[in-house]
Amino acid sequence: MFLTNIEEVPGKKITACYGVVSGSTVRAKHVGRDIMAGLKNIFGGELEGYTELLTEAREQAILRMQNQAEQLGANAIVNVRFSTSSVTAGASEIYIYGTAVTVE
Amino acid sequence: MWDLYFLISLIITGYIFGQIHERRHYASLKRREEKTIAMVMTSSKRPLGELDPVTEVRLVQGGVVISVDYFKRIVTSLRNFFGGNIRGYETLVDRARREAILRLKESCPDATQIVNLRLETSSIYKGKGNQIGSVEVLAYATAIYT
Repeated sequence: MFLTNIEEVPGKKITACYGVVSGSTVRAKHVGRDIMAGLKNIFGGELEGYTELLTEAREQAILRMQNQAEQLGANAIVNVRFSTSSVTAGASEIYIYGTAVTVE
Repeated sequence: MWDLYFLISLIITGYIFGQIHERRHYASLKRREEKTIAMVMTSSKRPLGELDPVTEVRLVQGGVVISVDYFKRIVTSLRNFFGGNIRGYETLVDRARREAILRLKESCPDATQIVNLRLETSSIYKGKGNQIGSVEVLAYATAIYT
């Protein structure tokens, strides 16, 4: 499956369009990571635990979006957009959306 | 009284470690940016020039979560009273953005061109006693291989 965040797939031609597909996930961090993050908040620096968590969450959301596109019979998703929001304290929501198309 | 000592020691350790960390991070950013400077990257939607034939197209991303140290947080709360530039947070977001872009570039070292770079910033510590101590930056783009 081709994924791009531009309006086309370079080198290919779009032959069919199936509308918007999306994937989302809400993740909370576990206590161990939270304690580490608390320490890092004193010393400063990268919060590796959170970076990892958000990367995993994003992969999962992309997978969900891809599954949806596959069910529609698409073989590419163009114009993919990411958005992150914090819904409650200590959890963040990842939402990914794009347009499912068939390319040749 | 002990509370005050504790607070002061937190501020001092925050200052020392924060400074060391920031200096190291800037050094590493500079070194890695020099290494990847030859890669063509654009924020426009169309590739620069003609790219023929395209063999592979991929969505690439790089993300990072960086936290500010305790000293800067205290200084910032004072700044909020007087107004003005908050240098501590300026360097925080600057480092986060550059790191995210570098990670994106490092995830596709063989790409011919990286188009439509988008950056997104969010704070993930919001809501926790209303202290925004860390920032998350995500960079994403389309990598084109020829």
